[in-house]
Amino acid sequence: MNVIDLSKTSLREVNSRLQKLPKDTNERLWKLTSVHGEHACAVGLTQPIEVQIDGHIGYYCGGMNQNATIVINGQCGVGLAENIMSGEVRVKGNASAAAGATGQGGLIVIEGDAGTRCGISMKGVDIVVGGSVGAMSAFMAQAGSLVVCGDAGANLGDSLYEARIYVQGKVESLGADCVEKKMTPHHLAKLERLLKRAGIAADPARFKRYGSARKLYNFHVDNVDAY
Amino acid sequence: MSSTPFYTPPRWSATFDAHSVAEIHRAAQTGIYDIRGAGAKRRVPHFDDLLFLGASISRYPLEGYREKCGTDVVLGTRFAKKPIHLKIPVTIAGMSFGSLSGNAKEALGRGASQMGTSTTTGDGGMTPEERLSSKTLVYQLLPSRYGMNPDDLRKADAIEVVVGQGAKPGGGGMLLGQKITERVAKMRTLPVGIDQRSACRHPDWTGPDDLQIKIQELREITDWEKPIYIKVGATRPYFDTALAVKAGADVVVLDGMQGGTAATQDVFIEHVGIPILAAIRPAVQALQDLDMHRKVQLIVSGGIRNGADVAKALALGADAVAIGTAALIALGDNDPHWEDDYKKLGTTAGCYDDWHEGRDPAGITTQDPELSKRLDPVKAGKRLANYLAVLTMETQIIARACGKSHVHNLEPDDLVAVTVEAAAMAGVPLAGTNWIPGKSGM
Repeated sequence: MNVIDLSKTSLREVNSRLQKLPKDTNERLWKLTSVHGEHACAVGLTQPIEVQIDGHIGYYCGGMNQNATIVINGQCGVGLAENIMSGEVRVKGNASAAAGATGQGGLIVIEGDAGTRCGISMKGVDIVVGGSVGAMSAFMAQAGSLVVCGDAGANLGDSLYEARIYVQGKVESLGADCVEKKMTPHHLAKLERLLKRAGIAADPARFKRYGSARKLYNFHVDNVDAY
Repeated sequence: MSSTPFYTPPRWSATFDAHSVAEIHRAAQTGIYDIRGAGAKRRVPHFDDLLFLGASISRYPLEGYREKCGTDVVLGTRFAKKPIHLKIPVTIAGMSFGSLSGNAKEALGRGASQMGTSTTTGDGGMTPEERLSSKTLVYQLLPSRYGMNPDDLRKADAIEVVVGQGAKPGGGGMLLGQKITERVAKMRTLPVGIDQRSACRHPDWTGPDDLQIKIQELREITDWEKPIYIKVGATRPYFDTALAVKAGADVVVLDGMQGGTAATQDVFIEHVGIPILAAIRPAVQALQDLDMHRKVQLIVSGGIRNGADVAKALALGADAVAIGTAALIALGDNDPHWEDDYKKLGTTAGCYDDWHEGRDPAGITTQDPELSKRLDPVKAGKRLANYLAVLTMETQIIARACGKSHVHNLEPDDLVAVTVEAAAMAGVPLAGTNWIPGKSGM
């Protein structure tokens, strides 16, 4: 395993080394230490390497990730793995606001809680949260799945498109055009697979499913109160 | 005295004019606001209200056809490892594939590349055709992040973080269902045929401090190579420019209310934001106060039509201008050649602005394959190149007349205003006086 101490190596150098690894690299295991809340750490990675980050990390950790597996042993700041394309980003602690924002693919696992706007504008990423999520989560979410093992804050799934939301606990309120939907065997199986993939022990049967009522897809003046 | 009775002709109210009355009838009939494309159509103080003084006894002109007058501009000199070097100070503003046809996007790329300038993507991401046809391509990072991916980010020559646009500062994008074809829907990860309403706020940052970190992330992902632009709609130009600089922008793009949009409510276009004329000097002042003028470049847009407009924008302190509506017109938008079709749509060439409906007779603001075929990207690209050449030559003519060997040497002292409003907004004297309203005495 390659260990980089960020108190001795600049963020630019760290990111550059990780970003420039060739496709067939043998250096697949990396550990970053003394990260001290650095922003934009391990962003723009493209190769299927494993990066372990020890300590609390700042904004946009794992941003736009492709193929890499990133594990954060700590808490993380705003915009965790924003616009992730593929691979996996896992936080052992809590994540701040906008975790997984606009994520297009891959998997994000937040073992603790996530702040507001978790999964905002998500476009295909799967997000599994072991704890609860804050208000406005899955706002304008377009595709992918948000799994919340705890509770969800106000206005869950506001202006939702085709993303799927599964919540085990209480939902403070649903946002515009977000409704509870029937949990079909298909969805149950998908949820089970997601939980298993995330390594989080929970009973899929205890979850409720939420999705778009699709009433706001085409503007109609009769729905004006909902806008 | 004639016995013929006097006839008083019908009199329109200045307040309830023909347009207002028609709009009230339309609203009462349909129950929905009017949506359209383009920018503000109302009369606002503009570059027409400024004049150049030209050379005189105290100023020495350059020969119009012989002496060198530079037009190049370098964008992104503050932080980017690879600044953009453009041959002319006129760029093509962001317009999406989706709002525009593929042929139109290709034509923009061809025309701009022929003249050595840049084009810009839009809401919906980058198409391979667009990248191929544009030698220099600016990739927009918009609130919606439709189609955003790091591969395209790295393929771009610069990145433009779009906070807002002049036609609708504070509003998100809009693309109605008629134009959401399968390809457009796939690029945006949306169901086909829905009315797409883009987010008006960025999903992962909420203020200048966050934006600074966001820009750091973009630079980290792209090896600090690309210039980072921040685009704002003109509302509070002094503060927005200062905050953009604080956030780490290489380039600030300032778009006035005359700047076009693919689709937005008419009331939004006409009543939110300020004219570009009123926005340039405060933005330049902010740069000067921070000792960043010419270090962070300023691109202005919104109502640029001819070389005089370009020259005036540069004289007020901009480094370059961007054109959108004018570029579409150069491609063939609102061409009288299609008058019969325009009439069928209830409009006339020169006034057509229902770009959101996807029925553009010129094949530009449409996704209809048959209409799109009407636009030959090679010929349209050539028209755009011709237009850009004319804009550049006209700018040089004025600059030489003012004795400038580079268009960037134009300055506010070369200008006067013909209205009090323009004098106040542009910070130049009312013609024939030394009076700048709000700044000096008679």
